[in-house]
Amino acid sequence: MASLLIKNGLVIDPASRHDGPADVLIENGRIAGLGQHLDPADALVFDAAGLVVAPGFIDMHVHLREPGIEHSETIETGALAAAAGGFSSICCMPNTLPVNDNATVTSYIIERARHGAVVNVFPIGAITKNSAGEELAAIGSMKNAGVVAISDDGRPVMNARVMRRAMQMARSFGLPVIDHCEDLNLSAGGDMHEGVQSTRLALRGIPSSSEDVMVARDILLAESTGARFHVAHISSRHSVDMVRFAKRHGLPVTCEATPHHFALTDHDITAAYDSSYKMKPPLRSDCDVSAVIDGIVSGTVDAIATDHAPHPGSEKMQEFEKCPFGIIGLETALGLSIEKLYHTGKITLLRLVELFTTGPARVLGLDRGTLATGAPGDVTLFDTELNWTYDVNRSYSKSKNSPFHGRGFRGGPVATIVGGVVVWRRDSQ
Amino acid sequence: MAGLLGIEELTRAEVEAILHRARYFQPLQTQSFKKLDTLRGKMMVNLFYEASTRTRTSFEIAAKRLGADTVSITASGSSVSKGESLVDTLNTLAAMHPDAIVMRHSASGAPHFLARHLAIPIVNAGDGTHEHPTQALLDALTILDRRPALEGLRVAIIGDITHSRVARSNVYLLSKFGVDIVLCGPATLLAPELGELAPGVSLTTDMDEAINGADVIMMLRVQLERLHDPPLSAGEYFQFYGLRLEHLARAKPDAIVMHPGPINRGRELSSEVADFQRSVILNQVENGVAVRMAVLERIVGEHVNGVAAH
Repeated sequence: MASLLIKNGLVIDPASRHDGPADVLIENGRIAGLGQHLDPADALVFDAAGLVVAPGFIDMHVHLREPGIEHSETIETGALAAAAGGFSSICCMPNTLPVNDNATVTSYIIERARHGAVVNVFPIGAITKNSAGEELAAIGSMKNAGVVAISDDGRPVMNARVMRRAMQMARSFGLPVIDHCEDLNLSAGGDMHEGVQSTRLALRGIPSSSEDVMVARDILLAESTGARFHVAHISSRHSVDMVRFAKRHGLPVTCEATPHHFALTDHDITAAYDSSYKMKPPLRSDCDVSAVIDGIVSGTVDAIATDHAPHPGSEKMQEFEKCPFGIIGLETALGLSIEKLYHTGKITLLRLVELFTTGPARVLGLDRGTLATGAPGDVTLFDTELNWTYDVNRSYSKSKNSPFHGRGFRGGPVATIVGGVVVWRRDSQ
Repeated sequence: MAGLLGIEELTRAEVEAILHRARYFQPLQTQSFKKLDTLRGKMMVNLFYEASTRTRTSFEIAAKRLGADTVSITASGSSVSKGESLVDTLNTLAAMHPDAIVMRHSASGAPHFLARHLAIPIVNAGDGTHEHPTQALLDALTILDRRPALEGLRVAIIGDITHSRVARSNVYLLSKFGVDIVLCGPATLLAPELGELAPGVSLTTDMDEAINGADVIMMLRVQLERLHDPPLSAGEYFQFYGLRLEHLARAKPDAIVMHPGPINRGRELSSEVADFQRSVILNQVENGVAVRMAVLERIVGEHVNGVAAH
């Protein structure tokens, strides 16, 4: 394999706190060096002048819909969308058909990804069999087959006793437990965040408390079991406060935020009843959004993850209350993050990169997200000033359910390198 | 006016214009010859995904009195029961080029969603728990039959407010005229956020407080059987939120009692109140036709002349 030299970029590597101009050399699929006077013989040269050069981004929360729901997305198309969003690694949630609750499904996903995915794919296994919330899944053998965490994302474990046992097992196998925190009794029938806007639109509300009571429960269970507990797509003010509290007390509690939960509020759902804004957790109030952003700034939030959730158009072209929850997000995540977090002066570029690299890598214990010599040759190149417009009809995803169609961005990904190979590069516009 | 989806987005002047025109149609209702030819040659489709007698009949009569042809479709016995999606049904109907579609649907926002995909004007005849604009217009007309103006009135709306499209549309309409609006019901059916829907709205769970000094008492139909977890039994509901004659002593001496119908005697109002001389429930029904004529004329008529606002 030819070597690749990425020249003239602004290299930001949170792991080494490197933040300055440098060249990056990749040899044999691994980082071979970072510095000013690298002297590779016959290396391909990527001119990164004007670009930020960062470790390959990791999206720890993606739905790839394969096996079983391939009309929405496949491992191949999801991976292409990830590459086009600047992600070199993605973690796929287990709510496929069948559910990834055993080593056979895990191996199938890994095998499919090896042949069809342009980025690295790390499966997340189910907590319970069929994610039904009752019997524990084959956690140990899934770990051996390659899962990096367990989660019943979308179908949260309501039984606290089951969750407690899952945490005990996860701890013994060294896996984090990721919970989609939602009390299904409190959220039952809900379509959007409960507040003034849901009252105005007469859509049934999902109260913040449905998230908060589960975050509280799981923090207490993590404390008693010693398990690593990660809050998926945190969206409410009190939940952010509780994670901050847990961290202050030294508990191994982490959380992620999605771009839509810091870029949009419940008031973006208007009398157009556009189901592109329907997801779980729902878009929350201004005050919740500020709290999520504060959590990102202060370090309470460990990672930005997309919760990329493809649904075909036919399912989204319905009455709001009938539409499924979720939006795609891989291709817009970096643009939204640059716009809402960096250009607003809330965080530095180093912190931004951390949220996409060392942050998720640390949560999952992945040996990635760094440009240290010997690390996998995954690199994300982006431009903070690039002006571009998102056209969902040109998305690599099989599904087009995005509220960001037609939105103009300032800043976005330019190229994605996986194992030393450029797997995606933005067309010059 | 491309259609009528709700009261919220109307201006006060638009509401006044509709009411003004409805007043013109009022005498027609009691004449022996009732038919005009304003909308002759026009076709209206009534598409009802929820059971309805008065609203559907009222729209149909209104259209016919304007000289339009009407077709009524109900969800059962149509392709809807064969699993056709809402968009596909509407596209099919649109391909037959009606001049307006009047629709009722159990999902809040269903007509708003369709209006984004269809060029034909849609009249909302009730969407979920969201709006029922012609009901609020006919209620306003009924109040104005007995009061010189809406300004300065105190209107109490009592019942399951959270799940009432009648309450929401009335709140939006009355608020545009500076009415003092009191919403009253059991705590779980009275979301605190309702107070922020529009200026001039206050909330109480105490029925006596709501009725104090009221010019108008609007009772809402209770559908305890449709609530997932009713906060009160039917008996308790009537005890705390049912309107009885003794309540009326707290209201203004000439206060009127309204109800969108169909009424449940002994549930949200006593039989005596239903038959009370200042109950205007049947006047509401009568005014429904006049108001709907005004709405249809405005929507379809404007379309004819090609001056529809888009």
